[in-house]
Order: sequence, then C-alpha cells, then structure tokens
Amino acid sequence: MWHAILLGAVSPVPMLSNPLLWHRLQFAFTIVYHYLFPQLTMGLALLIVVMKGLALRPGGEAYGTAARFWVRIFGLNFAIGVVTGLPMEFQFGTNWARFSQLTGGVIGQTLALEGMFAFFLESSFLAMLVWGEKQLGPRKHFAAAVALFVGSWLSGVFITTTNAFMQHPVGYTRAADGVFSLANFWTYVLNPWALAQYAHNQMASLVTASFVVTAVGAYWLLRGVHLEQARLNVKIGTIAGLFASLAVAFPTGDVQAKLVATHQPAALAAMEGRFESGPRADIHLIGQPNVAKRRLDNPIAVPAVLSFLAFGSFNAEVKGLNDIPENDWPTSIELLYYAFHVMVGLGTLFIGLMALANLARWRGWLERHRWLLWSMMLAFPFPYIANTAGWMTAELGRQPWLVYGLLRTSDGASPTVHAGSTAFTLIGFTGLYFLLGVAFLFLIGREVQHGPHADEVPHA
Amino acid sequence: MPELTTVWFWIVAVMVTLWAVLDGFDFGVGVLHRFVGRSDTERRQVLAAIGPVWDGNEVWLIASGGAIFLAFPRLLAAAFSGFYLPVIFVAWALILRGISIELRSHMPGALWRSFFDTTFMLASLAVPVLVGAALGNVIRGVPLTADGFFELPLFARGNVLGVLDGYTLLCGVLVLVTLTAHGANWLVCKTDGVVRARALALRTPLWLAAVALWLATGAATSVVSPDVFAAARTAPMAWLGLLLVLGGALTVGLKRHGELAPFFGGVAFIAGALVTAVACLFPVVLRSSNGPALSLTVTNAASGAIAMQSGLMWWGPGMLLAASYLWWTLRHFRGKVVAAKDGEGY
Repeated sequence: MWHAILLGAVSPVPMLSNPLLWHRLQFAFTIVYHYLFPQLTMGLALLIVVMKGLALRPGGEAYGTAARFWVRIFGLNFAIGVVTGLPMEFQFGTNWARFSQLTGGVIGQTLALEGMFAFFLESSFLAMLVWGEKQLGPRKHFAAAVALFVGSWLSGVFITTTNAFMQHPVGYTRAADGVFSLANFWTYVLNPWALAQYAHNQMASLVTASFVVTAVGAYWLLRGVHLEQARLNVKIGTIAGLFASLAVAFPTGDVQAKLVATHQPAALAAMEGRFESGPRADIHLIGQPNVAKRRLDNPIAVPAVLSFLAFGSFNAEVKGLNDIPENDWPTSIELLYYAFHVMVGLGTLFIGLMALANLARWRGWLERHRWLLWSMMLAFPFPYIANTAGWMTAELGRQPWLVYGLLRTSDGASPTVHAGSTAFTLIGFTGLYFLLGVAFLFLIGREVQHGPHADEVPHA
Repeated sequence: MPELTTVWFWIVAVMVTLWAVLDGFDFGVGVLHRFVGRSDTERRQVLAAIGPVWDGNEVWLIASGGAIFLAFPRLLAAAFSGFYLPVIFVAWALILRGISIELRSHMPGALWRSFFDTTFMLASLAVPVLVGAALGNVIRGVPLTADGFFELPLFARGNVLGVLDGYTLLCGVLVLVTLTAHGANWLVCKTDGVVRARALALRTPLWLAAVALWLATGAATSVVSPDVFAAARTAPMAWLGLLLVLGGALTVGLKRHGELAPFFGGVAFIAGALVTAVACLFPVVLRSSNGPALSLTVTNAASGAIAMQSGLMWWGPGMLLAASYLWWTLRHFRGKVVAAKDGEGY
C-alpha cells in the first residue's frame, strides 16, 4: 500500500517530503474516518422512521421501544459525524486551495446548498429527536425522525453531486486561465453520475445500518436477554439487510459500473488488473496485480463476464492499461484493484448471509443455530469495510485527476502549505480521532450492555 | 439593481454576523461554564441552556463558508491556506467543543465530567481568540502575491508579520471578551437561581471591558491601517454599524437588570461592530500588505455570474427555512431551563 501511494507523488523532491503526499494522506484519513459515522446515520435514520411509523399503529409499543434504543445510538453517532465533518469542509480551503480557487465557482453551489438545506434541518431537529419524545408526543416525534431522515439523505445528495462533478464534470465552462464556472445549474445538479452514485451509496449505507441492527439483536439472542426486542431487531435488520444487499448490487452497482466503464476506462482496467485490451474480457475473482511486469499473478478468472457486466455483451471490447498512457493511469493500481475486489467480494457475501438469515427466520430455526447468530453478530464491521472500499474505488479510480480528464491532483493542492505543516496536522488529527474513537466505542458498548429498556430502569 | 458581487458580499456579511451572534453566545457560555456552574446540577443547567441550539448555531459557520465558496472562491482558497495552522486549530477546537457538550453527561463519573467541562471551556476560549486574530489580519493586510495566495508565520518576529502579533491578539481578546459578555446575557435570559445570579454579576464588568477593548481596537486600527479607519467616514453602512454599536452599548448599560433588552443590545453591538469593519473594507475582501493592487476584492475574487444568480435563486427560500427552524426550536425551548435528571437531556 505504501509504495503505491508514494508512486502517486509526481515530484522531483524526495517523496516523503512532497506536500502533495501529506495532503492526500490527511484527506484520505479524515474522510475515511468521518464516513464511518454518516453511513450509519443515513441508513439508521430510515430504519428509525420505519420503526417509529410501525409504533404509531395500535399495539406497536415494542417498535417504539426499539426506536428509542436506536435513537440513543443515533445521537452519539450523529455527534461524532458532525464534529468530524467540519474538517472536511475546512480542508477544501486549507489543503486543496488551488482546487477550490479553480472549481469553487461550480462546486461551491452544492456545498453551500448542503449547509442551507441539509445541516440546518438536521441540527434543528436532532435535539427534538433525542430528548423530545415526552414533550412532543408520538406524531410530532415521528415528524422529527422524518426531518433527520430527510436532512441526512439530502446531505448525501449534495456531497454526491459535488463528487460526481469531480468524477464526470458537466454543466460548466472553463476559461483560458483554467478557472471553472457554472454554465447551467440544472445540468450540474442532475449529473447522471450523481444519480447512479447516490442510489448506490444510499443502499450501501442501508446495508451498514441493517447489519448493525441485526448484530445487536443477534448479540442479545446469544446472551439470552431482551428476547422480544432482540427478535424485533433481527427481523427489521435482516429484512432491510436483504433488500439493501440486493439493491446495492443490482440495479445500483450495475449502473455505476457501466458508467465507470464508459467514462473512466483507465479506472475499470485498473480495478480489474487488466493490461491487455480485447473482446470477451475475463472477470478476475482472485489475483495480485504485478504492475512492474504488467500482469495479474495467480489469477482465477471467469471468461467474458467483464465484457458483459461493463457493456452488456460478451463480445464487447474492454480496454487494458497497455493502451492507456502511463501518465493517465490511476496512481495506485494495486490499492484500487483490492478496494474494488474487497467491495464486490463482501457485497456478494452480504447477499448470501442475509438470504440465509431470512430463510432461517422464516422457517423458524434461526435461534437453534447459534453459528448463524454468531455470524450475524460478527458481520457488522464488514459493511463499514465495504463502504470504505467502495469509496476508495471511486476516489482512487478518479486519480490522477481531481476533475476527471481536466485538472490533475498534483495541480490542486495549496501552494503555500508545506509538508511540515500538513504532517503536523495529520499527526494531530490521528491523535484526536483516536481519542474520539475510544470514547465513542466505550459509550456505544455501554448502551448495548444496558439494552433496550435502559430508559425505563435507572442506571448509574 | 446593485452588482451581483455586492449582493453576495452582503449575503456573506449577514451570514457571518448570524454565526457571530448565534454561536457567539455558545462560546461565551462555554468560557463561563466552570465559573457560573460550580456543582454538577448547575453545570447541567448551563449545558441545557445551549444544548438544543448550539449545533444549529454552528451550522451558520458552515453555511457562511459555503456562501464564500460559492461567491468568492479565491477568498476561501487564499485565507484558509494562508491561515493554515490557525484554521486547523479552530477545527480541532470546534470538534472538542462539540463532543464536550454531547458526551459529558453520558457518564456519571466526576472525573469524566470534569475533563469535558474544562475541555469545553478551553475550546470555547480558543475559537473566538483565533477567529478574532484572523479578522485582525484581514483588516491589517496579509502578504498576498500576484498568484492570489499568501504565507504567514504563526508568530510575528521583529519586522516579519505573523498571524499573531500585538494588534491581532488585541482583536482576538476583543472578540473573546465580547462573546463572553454575550454568553452571560444568554445565561441571564435562560437560567434561574445561582447560575443566573453569577452570570448577572459578571456581565456588567464584561460589557464594560468589551466596550473599552472595542475603543482600543479602533484606536489601534487607526495606526495599523489608517486607510481602513478613514474609510468609515465615507461608507454609509459603517455609519449604520456605528449606530448599532452605540445603541447596543447604551441598551446594555441602561438596562442592567433586564433580560431580553440587554441581550438584544449585545446582539446589536456585535452586529454593528462587524458591519462597521466589513463596510470599511468593502470592496476589499482580503487586504494585501504588498500594495492595494494585490488585494482580493469582490470583483477579482468572485465566481461567475451564473453561479451567483443560481445561488440567489435558492438562497431566499433556504434562509426562510433556516429561520423557521430557528423559530421553531426557540419556541419549543422558550422559558428558563432547569437541570434534568441523569439520563435525560444535557
């Protein structure tokens, strides 16, 4: 991984002193860490709306109890998401000042929209959702949950649209000095790339949330506590989990992959470790990209499937990296290859696990098979890994560009911020986020230990 | 019809001012937290006084940043990269402030709570000082190059300018003391009992200090940036700002035992001081210390006309929504707060 990142630093100065490397590492670290939280926020917001909706029906008290537990988790998770989101906004200006100077006239639009239409909504109703159930009554409290759902999903729209401009720029004009300007607001916000990426991403976020809900239910079942609530969580988690695991692959992942194949041929070739061009392209299940020798070592391949998945025909021609100038190769082919394969591999396992869990629940033998409950409990970190790998696929596949085909990553960093400053702040972020993570896991573990009825019995 | 760039200049000014007056009292409350609340119950009362609003107030900062990004991307790029370390320090302080409020009461331990109480105070203290110093740099000027960027050491040394020197620290202390006084006003409105009594006792000296510091900063500005100071005479908005400062200071002074009147007096003082400063700078958004030709202005820092027009299309409805959420939150949160039981509220 390290030498792959280092290869990306195009500069005559020694690589570890290259500010670009530090800017990229800091952004990568802070964004990966940050996105561990919103992916649960968005998916869980939807599940909380469903639970609270079911709780409004006569006899739905158990769903109300479940919702109350998840709102407590949601509040903690949301808080860490908010505070780690701030540096993301800041880093556009601090670390990627040249990029901001050149593209702010376009992407400033959606970043400003996010604050105005998503963050105000979320922040105003969060306290109502977390603390206001008694004061608001069931219907207004349900409305607060809907507000958080709408706000967090809108935030996703604006961020995905911003990223989609970097992946597939539309709706802009460019002056001779390289400055991008908005040409058409609606073309920009209705970027087809954004629509596909958003649908794919939201389904992936729902996978994370449903696996987390399932895992907590399975944990309580294994311990033999809170059985009614445990079953309820397993039921909601596995139904949503099966739906989301299927939807993340088809149609949303499929549409996204076809867009990559059409618009980012270098990314597709690197994701599959493909060097030779030609028809009837193999898909590689396993193998290690050997970039120096331009081949995939120890491959296990299925013939012609890549052609079909990318272009809908087994005979379609798929370009290999040999026919793309090295200068335009993604800067880290190895990492990109593994990110893509980890995402797809895990996504396939998710469908299998959730299908099995639903079958077992439906046939009534789930609770007799403790190995299945163990699997469901231990599975929850993997959607986080798959989501991270998915975003790494998108972002490493975009390299070496900040704006695909138009603005190179090496031309986007802040000209006046040197490696010493960024190394210092990266160390600071690492320490601070380590402490945040410890406190977060500790408090979440405590909530799970207290169980779903913590608000009914006093606890010290 | 005024120029689009002028419209966006004042949009940004309005949004930054809203951040200053709304999140401003959160910072002030944070600075006072350990002093006005001595027992755990009292501190939970202090936190409950800002708990439901602080996050929404902070969004005004992000929304202001978004508006600057949309309308004046060259300003965002130059200022955030030029003030690299202070901006990252502000981000760290905002992280610590946020988690201190949200995590503190999740655990019963006295050490856990004391840790977050102190962290809350220090983080709330750091942000106004750093933001004030940055504002001081904008007024004094930064060494912009033809490229539109600048580099500044953190500390001034000899004749070399730095982000922090006597003048900019004075600006930082002015912002800190003013927002602390503003926070005391908020606590007087939102709390009762000993917390309110302590805030009430603190706020008059704090406001006296704020007004004195404001006058001192004005005098220092006339030395450091005589042309910015002189611009006040010809800028009508600066007169409006000065009127607000004067009216605000008088209201605070005359209504020393009131609640809402001095609070809004403080709002007028803060808004007036900011409006005066930006009106004196206009049309400059980032002043160059290498001669006025290199300054970033509303014209040369601006994005395109279509971006600004598109932004205007949704800015009005967006502000209306944001204002209605604020109104809704304040309505549900009206009256005095009392400390909640453990496990409920802040």
